[in-house]
Amino acid sequence: MPELLLMKYAGQPGRDAVEEYVRTGGYEAATRALKELTPDDLVAMVEASGLRGRGGAGFPTGRKWRLTPKREGDVRYLVVNADEGEPGTFKDRTLIEGDPHQILEGVLIASYANQVHRAFIYVRGEMFLGYERLRRALEGAYARGFFGRNILGTGFDLDVTLHRGAGSYECGEETALLESLEGRRGEPRVKPPYYPAVKGLYGRPTVLNNAETLAHIPHIVRLGADGYKAYGPPILYSVSGHVTRPGVKELPIGTPLREIIFEHAGGLRPGRTFKAVFPGGSSAAILTAEHLDTPADFDSLAKLGSMLGSSAIIVMDDTTCIPAVMRRTVEFYRDESCGKCTPCREGTIWLSQILDRILEGHGRMEDLELMDGIAQQMTGICLCALGESVPPPLRASLKYFRDEFLHHIRAGSCDVVRTPVAAGGARG
Amino acid sequence: MSGRVLSDATLSEIARLRDAYPQAESALLPALHAAQDQVGYLSPEAIADVAEALGLAETEVTSVASYYSMFFLTPVGRHKIRVCTNLSCYLNGAEEVLHRLCERLGVSPGETTADGRILLEAVECLGACEEAPVVLADTTRHARVTAAAADDLLGGVR
Repeated sequence: MPELLLMKYAGQPGRDAVEEYVRTGGYEAATRALKELTPDDLVAMVEASGLRGRGGAGFPTGRKWRLTPKREGDVRYLVVNADEGEPGTFKDRTLIEGDPHQILEGVLIASYANQVHRAFIYVRGEMFLGYERLRRALEGAYARGFFGRNILGTGFDLDVTLHRGAGSYECGEETALLESLEGRRGEPRVKPPYYPAVKGLYGRPTVLNNAETLAHIPHIVRLGADGYKAYGPPILYSVSGHVTRPGVKELPIGTPLREIIFEHAGGLRPGRTFKAVFPGGSSAAILTAEHLDTPADFDSLAKLGSMLGSSAIIVMDDTTCIPAVMRRTVEFYRDESCGKCTPCREGTIWLSQILDRILEGHGRMEDLELMDGIAQQMTGICLCALGESVPPPLRASLKYFRDEFLHHIRAGSCDVVRTPVAAGGARG
Repeated sequence: MSGRVLSDATLSEIARLRDAYPQAESALLPALHAAQDQVGYLSPEAIADVAEALGLAETEVTSVASYYSMFFLTPVGRHKIRVCTNLSCYLNGAEEVLHRLCERLGVSPGETTADGRILLEAVECLGACEEAPVVLADTTRHARVTAAAADDLLGGVR
């Protein structure tokens, strides 16, 4: 296996110090980009790399950059989405805490490529340590002349502002994030017609990229598109749940779920068997043992009606009660719904009420069809991805674990053997 | 100006924030963080001070503040213990940890202890699922917390 790119130094001590990052070749890619390459060269290079946005939607990064109008004299912005909040996802936090300059170098290159002179990094409010590391990293990078006026003597100017969120999953949605950055409630904007690339922050063309996405950029510049692709291309899987070695796993995209879970994440605890998995955060349709040989990439998972999403793999073993997991999932979206559109606001409330009664032993036989019907009616009509996130996992669980729901309704109790889980103690 | 509560230091921080953005409104969230850090919560007086400093309507500021779960419009404990109860933590015993903390503190999730010092919250995914179950005690994240470890954690906060 080739060496790691993004995670090579993540977590080593002192990585927020600019000297340490520079010592290991940091900012060399940005220096080359600013001094030897044109913005068009960079957009072409990122397009050729095949990099797709790592926030969940998977939009091709190069195409996004190309779509951003670059009329001379127009103000444009770069906004970094570091508001990681998709349940099960912790790769952005790992990069931010573990090697923050990698993201900042990506910000510098992306800003130059898009001829942006003002960038904002929207950091999740609860990410206290990450914010502190980014703050320190940015301060050091400014002091070394990687940000500010006339960067590296090239005449290129860039200012970066760190911006703290204040507790809202919805703000991870790109237009809600822009609303929040403009000092408003984090409610999504209606799109189409205007996407952030054309009309974003303060109504100006705005390049909006996820934090991990930008961390790939220095490597693409350093290795060239082909050299970068030879690494897989790489992707960060966040693996958690019932595995013995949870963590961020940098692997070639398309590594089969089985290999990720059983080799790289250490497999299940002794004596346990595999039950189900969210392959792309809690918004992804859950999959079962029969799907374990599926490559974890965009197309293969989409074919199964699921998605790669933020590539957060949440593993569940045979101690898991699927209806209870679905209740927790639906409650999350219910509580985080901004309430702007009806199907999301009402649908999540109805679904959680039905799941409550099923789990409390008062379920009705018609509840399964009722939930499936509500989920279908929510599909495709919510304003943003939050409401659209509920139907896939719920409908998949009704399909694959129908008997388990039926048992709850008929018997009024759970048939999952609840072996006590030794929290924290069972890690290999 | 009646009932000004924000200190000169906080107000000058807000003025600095206002100038750090192309438009003053963008400084609202950081300004509210600064105000809450000083006062402990966003009292009507604190909201009024922030509104005036940024040239916004008080109703607007209240509306925005009320949207975000990290802002408090009523008094809460200065110390905040946040227990992640989302999927990975849920699968790894977060409920037991939350239950233990509720018992020890004599509160339900979302409540502040009788002495007014500690707020206990059940929160959504903190993005540290490899450390599940996770508890954020003020700004410090605790990994793989057991019910017993939750007791020790309280010792550090008290």
